[in-house]
Amino acid sequence: MHSNAVSVISDAMPLLLKGLWWTAALSALSIAFATVIGVIVGLMRISGNIVVRGISTVYVNVFRCTPLLVQILFLYFGLPELLNFSWSPEVAGVATLSLNIGAYVGEVVRGGVQAIGRGQTEAGRAIGLSRGLTMRLVVLPQAFRQVIPSYINQCTICVKDSSLLSVIGVAELTMRGESIYSANFQAFPILAAMGALYFVVNYVLTLASRIVERRVSIA
Amino acid sequence: MITVEKLEKTYGGAAPVLKGVDLHVERGEVVCLCGASGSGKSTMLRCINLLETADGGRILLDGKEITGRRSHKEVDRIRQRVGMVFQHFNLFPHMTAAQNIALGPIRLKKTTKAEARKEAYELLAKVGLAGKEESYPRQLSGGQQQRVAIARSLAMHPECILFDEPTSALDPEMVGEVLGVMKLLAAEGMTMIIVTHEMGFARGVADQICFLDQGVIIERGAPNEVLDHPKSERTQVFLSKVLQ
Ligand SMILES: Nc1ncnc2c1ncn2[C@@H]1O[C@H](COP(=O)(O)OP(=O)(O)OP(=O)(O)O)[C@@H](O)[C@H]1O
Ligand SMILES: [Mg+2]
Repeated sequence: MHSNAVSVISDAMPLLLKGLWWTAALSALSIAFATVIGVIVGLMRISGNIVVRGISTVYVNVFRCTPLLVQILFLYFGLPELLNFSWSPEVAGVATLSLNIGAYVGEVVRGGVQAIGRGQTEAGRAIGLSRGLTMRLVVLPQAFRQVIPSYINQCTICVKDSSLLSVIGVAELTMRGESIYSANFQAFPILAAMGALYFVVNYVLTLASRIVERRVSIA
Repeated sequence: MITVEKLEKTYGGAAPVLKGVDLHVERGEVVCLCGASGSGKSTMLRCINLLETADGGRILLDGKEITGRRSHKEVDRIRQRVGMVFQHFNLFPHMTAAQNIALGPIRLKKTTKAEARKEAYELLAKVGLAGKEESYPRQLSGGQQQRVAIARSLAMHPECILFDEPTSALDPEMVGEVLGVMKLLAAEGMTMIIVTHEMGFARGVADQICFLDQGVIIERGAPNEVLDHPKSERTQVFLSKVLQ
């Protein structure tokens, strides 16, 4: 049984690694978009303009208060039906993950910016920096250092949540694994291998986070 | 240089903080602003720097009104002419002393990085901090941080500097070094409005001392007049408390 498990895993590994590649690629893309969305939404959330604030608040709450699985199905099946278009499961998947993780990153950014004291903004304004420059040069760099742990946490969540894209047929790690063990009936070794692969990716991310944190805390 | 006319300010629905303050500061003059906690001293400085918008009255800089509706650009330009030093220094913690000072000139004055850096070093030497250029704020004592903050303000070549209790957050042994720098600036002819409770310092450098009480200036004049022969009872009470 033991040597059998090893050979099952090594037979499945090429396919699993292909899946892992998709998982990593789609997650990386989603994280990149989510970061942009998150910074914009986080700043919108603290805008003085009530309309801007309202829009961002609605967005964040919609994505935080509905299940990701429903969001995925909605963007892949629901939206194309409503608007009469079609897109690939990969694109729909990245869009959903970006929007979902973006909402959470937005909250992280908002919290980080709000944690920087008013004195910092005033000191920036007092030398004559505009609102935008003060935000960019004074507040955001400090907020950035503060939010690294929660931001990386969102990235690991993104990698894990990408497994849900298997339901719309994205050939990422979870979907590959499922199709392998439903053919060879070796659920235990395959699922264990899948888990290990997810673990490695996220553990490396966590380690990277700690290194970055230590680097920037010198400053 | 700075003229404040009937300045009024109310925060939200609360009682008015400033109730018609008049103040005139000549170029090169040093004005010390005193008064009990909550009397509106910080509010007044913040209005002059346009960090707060006045609700009534006007503020003129070199005869030109700076209050009223202004574009963001105009406000930023006015702030470059009026420096501000805060009680809690508010240095940027992610930048070295030199970077704190060079930031404004690089971003707002078309100064090259090398020039701004050179000037930052010169300014740090001037405030007695040669050798601390590459230190981060948290590696500096309170007195050193406040001197960096003064240098940061000087780097914009402001026409006047507002000081809001620059030594109140300092340990007693560091007060002197900061006051020393301010004396130097006064001697160089910098126009300054200083909120302070350091009466000895005020007597030494101020051309004019003003007492703010409940949103109005109740007493003003040359230091020896105001400090030795205060007319109003409130000033007498305040002084006896600060001077004891
Ligand atoms: N942003 C604000 N919002 C509401 N009220 C404020 C605000 N800033 C100041 N106040 C109130 O205005 C009054 C005057 O405050 P200010 O800070 O100008 O006094 P101060 O003379 O500087 O006092 P201190 O010596 O304690 O610094 C106080 O009652 C204060 O509570
Ligand atoms: Mg004050």
